[in-house]
Amino acid sequence: MLRYATKRVLLMIPTLLGVAVLIFFMLRVVPGDIVEVKLRGDGGNPTQETIEAERKRLGLDKPIVVQFADWMVGLVTLDLGKSMWTEQPVVEEIGGRLGLSFQVAIMATLIAVLIAIPLGTASALFKDTLVDYFIRIVTIGGMAVPSFWFGMLIIIALLYLFNWLPPITYTPIWVDPIANLSQLIWPALAVGYRYAAVVARMVRSSIIEVMKEDYIRTARAKGVYEKLVVARHAMRNAMLPAITVIGLEFAFLIGGLVVTEQVFNLNGIGRLFVQAVGKSDFTLIQGLVMLIATVFVVTNLVVDLLYAALDPRIRYGGR
Amino acid sequence: MRDNGAASDMTGMAPQAAGSGAGDVLLSVEDLHVQFHTSRGIVRAVEGVSYQVRAGEVLAIVGESGCGKSVSSLAVMGLLAKPAGRVTQGRILFDGRDLLTLSDEQMREIRGRDIAMIFQEPMTSLNPVLPIGLQITEPLTIHLKMDEAAARARAIELLKMVGITDPERRLEQYPHQFSGGMRQRVMIAIGLACNPKLIIADEPTTALDVTIQAQILELMKDLSRRLNIALVLITHNLGVVARYADRVNVMYAARIVEQGSADDVFHRPRHPYAMGLLRSVPRLDRPRGERLETIEGLPPNLLAPPEGCRFAARCPFRLDACEADPALAEIEPGHSAACHRAAEIAAGTLTAPPPPPLPVRGEAAASAADARPILEVAGLKKYFEVSRSTGLFSRVQGEVRAVNDISFTVQRGETLGLVGESGCGKTTVGRLILRLEDPTGGAIRFEGEDIAGKSAAELRAFRRKIQVIFQDPYSSLNPRMTVGQIIAEPLSVYRLVPSARAAKERVAELLTQVGLFPYMAERYPHEMSGGQRQRIGIARALAMEPEFIVCDEPVSALDVSIQGQIINLLEDLQARLGLTYLFIAHDLAVVRHISTRVAVMYLGRIMELADRDTIYADPRHPYTRALLDAAPVPDPTIEKARAPRTLQGELPSPLNPPTGCVFHTRCPLADDGCRRTVPEPREIAPGRLVACLKV
Repeated sequence: MLRYATKRVLLMIPTLLGVAVLIFFMLRVVPGDIVEVKLRGDGGNPTQETIEAERKRLGLDKPIVVQFADWMVGLVTLDLGKSMWTEQPVVEEIGGRLGLSFQVAIMATLIAVLIAIPLGTASALFKDTLVDYFIRIVTIGGMAVPSFWFGMLIIIALLYLFNWLPPITYTPIWVDPIANLSQLIWPALAVGYRYAAVVARMVRSSIIEVMKEDYIRTARAKGVYEKLVVARHAMRNAMLPAITVIGLEFAFLIGGLVVTEQVFNLNGIGRLFVQAVGKSDFTLIQGLVMLIATVFVVTNLVVDLLYAALDPRIRYGGR
Repeated sequence: MRDNGAASDMTGMAPQAAGSGAGDVLLSVEDLHVQFHTSRGIVRAVEGVSYQVRAGEVLAIVGESGCGKSVSSLAVMGLLAKPAGRVTQGRILFDGRDLLTLSDEQMREIRGRDIAMIFQEPMTSLNPVLPIGLQITEPLTIHLKMDEAAARARAIELLKMVGITDPERRLEQYPHQFSGGMRQRVMIAIGLACNPKLIIADEPTTALDVTIQAQILELMKDLSRRLNIALVLITHNLGVVARYADRVNVMYAARIVEQGSADDVFHRPRHPYAMGLLRSVPRLDRPRGERLETIEGLPPNLLAPPEGCRFAARCPFRLDACEADPALAEIEPGHSAACHRAAEIAAGTLTAPPPPPLPVRGEAAASAADARPILEVAGLKKYFEVSRSTGLFSRVQGEVRAVNDISFTVQRGETLGLVGESGCGKTTVGRLILRLEDPTGGAIRFEGEDIAGKSAAELRAFRRKIQVIFQDPYSSLNPRMTVGQIIAEPLSVYRLVPSARAAKERVAELLTQVGLFPYMAERYPHEMSGGQRQRIGIARALAMEPEFIVCDEPVSALDVSIQGQIINLLEDLQARLGLTYLFIAHDLAVVRHISTRVAVMYLGRIMELADRDTIYADPRHPYTRALLDAAPVPDPTIEKARAPRTLQGELPSPLNPPTGCVFHTRCPLADDGCRRTVPEPREIAPGRLVACLKV
């Protein structure tokens, strides 16, 4: 198990390296850079010298290979450089918003799992009954309704019912948990509904599939209590595909909540990403891509380890 | 292994001598009807089935797939798939209680405690994510309220009883660490856990090799006798029935058509279906008939069964009276049949129809008397690289020698049978000849030309001449293509026909040739039965006008009555078109019937090769003998008189094969020499090769 885990950790390095190479060169291939955006942005008409000077100041005049080498050295020492727009270190730019995004993602995941597993299981066990139909309507709704629109509904509802709006400034949870939660619970709910719907449908179909397996029949033939058949024999097998979906969705939430963050006026990673791209802020984009890639890779690792924990065939390297 | 005496030290379990039919009636099924509600209508899976099982007795239920034999037993267990399946009529009396009137909870208390069930597929019947120990102790803690330590002790005892060594360590392991035979032993241990009164075994050995099958069945019979457990054995294998059953129910299309002692049913069958079944199975204990007898036609569709006798459409003795339902009536004490003419059959005034005529040898076959072999395989090797990681980035490179230095020839117009247990490499040999795999070494000379090293482009011409028929007619046909498209595909790929119309005509011709009808070209595979699909597979192979066909287990997925039809078809086609077959199979009787010569494989090597009659009459290699010995024949008198001589042990891992003779680990004759020296195949008589130091 430990050996398996170490191996998976080490295999992350080449993946991340590949992402680094790709993003760096892709940005340089696309025409237009930050200097143009900065100086021409408001209709200004800078001289060629000004542009060149600015490029030189930002290090964009160096050969690409040198720029790449600089960046790679930085990466290894966890120095992602400075934002070309704000001149703040990228680590600080991201760090200031990472907490918020992570918290929303984790809360949304918790909400989703807490809703999806019982809902999906009930739906599977009462397949083709009224319970199942009702749950299916709820989950299809969750997948069809865009999260940002659901978020807007939440805000409107809060305004109408309680004449209250969530705070718009972010307070870290360790400073004031109540202020923090009263701001972030709503976006987590808005996103969590869709998330729960996706996971619940996965849980439902995988439990239906597992309940048809021969070993479930064996368990029943042994006279195992029906509750135990589900909890012990079916759930563990059925959770495997659900875990994959949960992991993928979680990783997506870190950088993908662009519109929802807008609706709730949150200063999260998604918003920062959009701003960085809009301004061609190369160093910031690179930093953000590396962050999101890392989140994906780490989430995948966690999923794989959970798989191994649940499935002895992986743990012992069997067939 | 089996007689470790574990039974005698179990509490409250005095071993009892149990003769057949000696005990009281334990299970009485009366007029059972089971229906399945499907989207296409109501399937009447079981109709009016009645039978009794006495304590300590072995009752076999035989019949072909879909006849209701499994469903009737699942109904006894209360395990019918809900909500589609339901018992609509009847009573199931077990130990004085009607199981159908019990609540779910009362039924649960009986399952696993008083009645246990063992299923067909040992590979999927155990939960892959739970340790074996938990799966065995579960019924103990639930039914007998044992604490963990007591349950564990009992589990160890059970594993010993079913012949699993090192039980303490095995309890911690997971199903994937057990072989198929070992998993079935674990299933038996689970079944025995609470000392049930009745065990229902649903095709317990169908998925296992013949030597392992013998081990498992001997174990089950032995334990049920010793512990006085009644056994209901559901199977399609008549040899297994003959060896192990006291009484037999023969089912056909949801009904019992004949019921009696094993002797009665096998020696004096009174229902035409039972008679036909016994005649159509290829047998090792009788001289090989020229032609396999078959039951023509297909079993009826249970969505809309015909009026009257279900078998009438396929019955050689059909009368007008058969339009009325025949009742299951006693012909002599303890022997019943559901046939209007059972009395005539008993009196011997009705005799079986003559066997179908011999195939007429075509001109193609006549000219085939060519001395040069069509296929010559010399020193053929196929090693598969397998790597197992042992540490960070470090791997052990292993080799599975699936085919290890094999040589044989096939003459034009003959059939070479290739038999062996699963994993012996027989299918790989077939795939190598088809060049679906690249050989590691050796030569494959087809019509004198070596095709072992040819590239894909060079092979194109050969692909036409060498074709294949696959085992599984359910998964080897593309479900989204019509039958016509499937058969016509090679025609257009190889431009064998000038136009679409010619292709259509050719498809019609091919369908007729394999005993189907041209209008079936419009159908999709799922609309066809298993036997019909296998015919489509044959038509597809024939479309290329091949000279050589590799038949890879072409009948093993089919029922006995259908199997005979396909074998006869293959023989007809061979005679008419002068084809040459390599017939790969695990069923010794089938191979004997169809082959001219037979090669026996074990762990990648040929153990013995001789012409058919010689090898079956006088097997020389200990493995050939063991194989023939392990296969039960459908005759209760022979089988019950025969002492169990099961081959011990399991097939060794091909990743780590034994040194010297690969068979020495299981061979009764093996000595030190066998452990050191690899025996080369020697010609002990003209055309007869044996790879054994002791012969």
